[in-house]
Amino acid sequence: MSDTILVVVEQREGKLNRVSWETLAAGQALAADTGWALEAAVIGSGVGNFANEVAAKKVSKVYAIESPKLEPYTPDAFSAALKQFIESKQPKLVLMPHTYQVRDFVPKLATAMGRTAISDCIGYKKEGGKLLFTRQMFQGKLAADVSFACDAPWFVTFQNGAFRGDKAEAGASAAPVETFDVQIADGVIRNKPQEVFKEAKQAVDLTQAEIIVSVGRGIKEQKNIELAKQLAEALGGELAASRPICDSGWLPMDRQIGSSGQTVAPKLYLALGISGAIQHIVGMKGSRTIIAINKDSEAPIFEIADYAVVGNLFDIVPPLIEEVKKAKVGS
Amino acid sequence: MKILVCMKQVPQKDAPLKLNESGAWIREDVSYEVNEPDAYALEEALRQKEKHGGEVVVITSGPARAQQVLREALAKGADRAIHLEDNGFVGLDAFNTARAFAAAIKDETFDLIFTGLQSDDYGYAQTGVVLAELLGWPHATIIMQIEKNDSGIRVKRELEAGYFQFVDMPLPAILTIQSGINKLRYATLIGIKQAKNKPLRKVAMAEVQHAVSGNLQKIERLYVPQKTKNTEFLEGSAGEVAKKLVDKLRNEVRVL
Repeated sequence: MSDTILVVVEQREGKLNRVSWETLAAGQALAADTGWALEAAVIGSGVGNFANEVAAKKVSKVYAIESPKLEPYTPDAFSAALKQFIESKQPKLVLMPHTYQVRDFVPKLATAMGRTAISDCIGYKKEGGKLLFTRQMFQGKLAADVSFACDAPWFVTFQNGAFRGDKAEAGASAAPVETFDVQIADGVIRNKPQEVFKEAKQAVDLTQAEIIVSVGRGIKEQKNIELAKQLAEALGGELAASRPICDSGWLPMDRQIGSSGQTVAPKLYLALGISGAIQHIVGMKGSRTIIAINKDSEAPIFEIADYAVVGNLFDIVPPLIEEVKKAKVGS
Repeated sequence: MKILVCMKQVPQKDAPLKLNESGAWIREDVSYEVNEPDAYALEEALRQKEKHGGEVVVITSGPARAQQVLREALAKGADRAIHLEDNGFVGLDAFNTARAFAAAIKDETFDLIFTGLQSDDYGYAQTGVVLAELLGWPHATIIMQIEKNDSGIRVKRELEAGYFQFVDMPLPAILTIQSGINKLRYATLIGIKQAKNKPLRKVAMAEVQHAVSGNLQKIERLYVPQKTKNTEFLEGSAGEVAKKLVDKLRNEVRVL
């Protein structure tokens, strides 16, 4: 039997999570590099239609891992179901997107099997027959190439945006779909999840803004937010922030950019005193132009900036506001 | 309620990092601080104790310097501390760190264990969930609210893109805590004084050696990530930089 790569796609609320296609693209690239077979699995209750959707892609087989107990999601049921499936099919490499749901159950699943997960990877390398998975460390300041030091199955999760979902190749013909029924005993599921909900409707839709001025810890005090606000007003843009600023209550939560806030791609993203933690970067890296002002020359935000200013934002922003106002009057 | 809080010491956010000779870790002569989500986990434990009574115990692993994290936690109101003290703990993967913790607390009975949702150094986001599986306890991750009720607890999980979910769960349980769940307190002078007399149990590597194995994953090398973007650095006085930026905004970005 040849070695197999298994991609577990994510469905939620009646839809395949788009990031699933990115993980599938990663699986296809790894299959091409290793010569291993590529299979996919959808997990839930009544997920046959999702399995059919995935079967249109270039994969050799798609499994629908089914049990009525898999709906709604619980880490206990998902871990138990995937453990049964993986022990039965014995894939060598198991790939998943690094979503909030996956990070909730993958460490449990891997531990239950006496294995480990290399989590939140941004790529992979094949060196001398060895697979290395690249992940960010120290909030993105450094990167590490990490290998498995245990037997398969190997669990890997990929960060949102690490691969291009539109690069997932379609298959010549639909792959076969097989249902795999799992048995989940009474008492396995201990958590009782309630309905998913959204807090009070977002007042500001930052996704529509063409210009965003965003502040991070470098702003130091609540009263200094006013400076950023003046710059945003001069530019005719919206004011936004990284998570710590909203956590401190300096700006409302609906102005937060990042994995737990809004994902934006404006014409201009001007980052003031934002270091660029991964959780922030995933929410704004698609911006057309990124300008970053930060006093720390090693801040990860500079990795993705088009224009960078290493300096004190309190020195630079006041004259910048004046220059912008002058330019507006002159134009 | 008796609550254990797992805490970690990590390099300060703006500490300049250099690689050590092995090329697989950083030079450790940098400034350290408590991992931010762990500070929120501690605060939440203290608040739960204030509401329901009980005890707050803090645990960390790492060399002598890591004791600072425990001292700060004791000063803020934790009752006692456990320090797995050895430089060897720094390099353990999440699986083995959790196994060492499980071994160190085997004679204790906790109702809840809190961890921060992830660390600022490795960023695995795994140790809490691994520990839950090792102990056979239920868990929930990225928690923004905790209410005790008759059958256990009701927690509020943060999901992606502004969504949330309440989850009812029995005790004992493990929760990974999100930053921003509460407002952090400062240690008081009295607290700092009292902390000196609070119990701190040291656990040597030898005591938990039987529980840990070789790492299941290995950092082969650590490096500064290659830039994928051509970044233009604008230099000069503040006034000059402001002028250069406006020039870019007008002629390149075309938003003025």
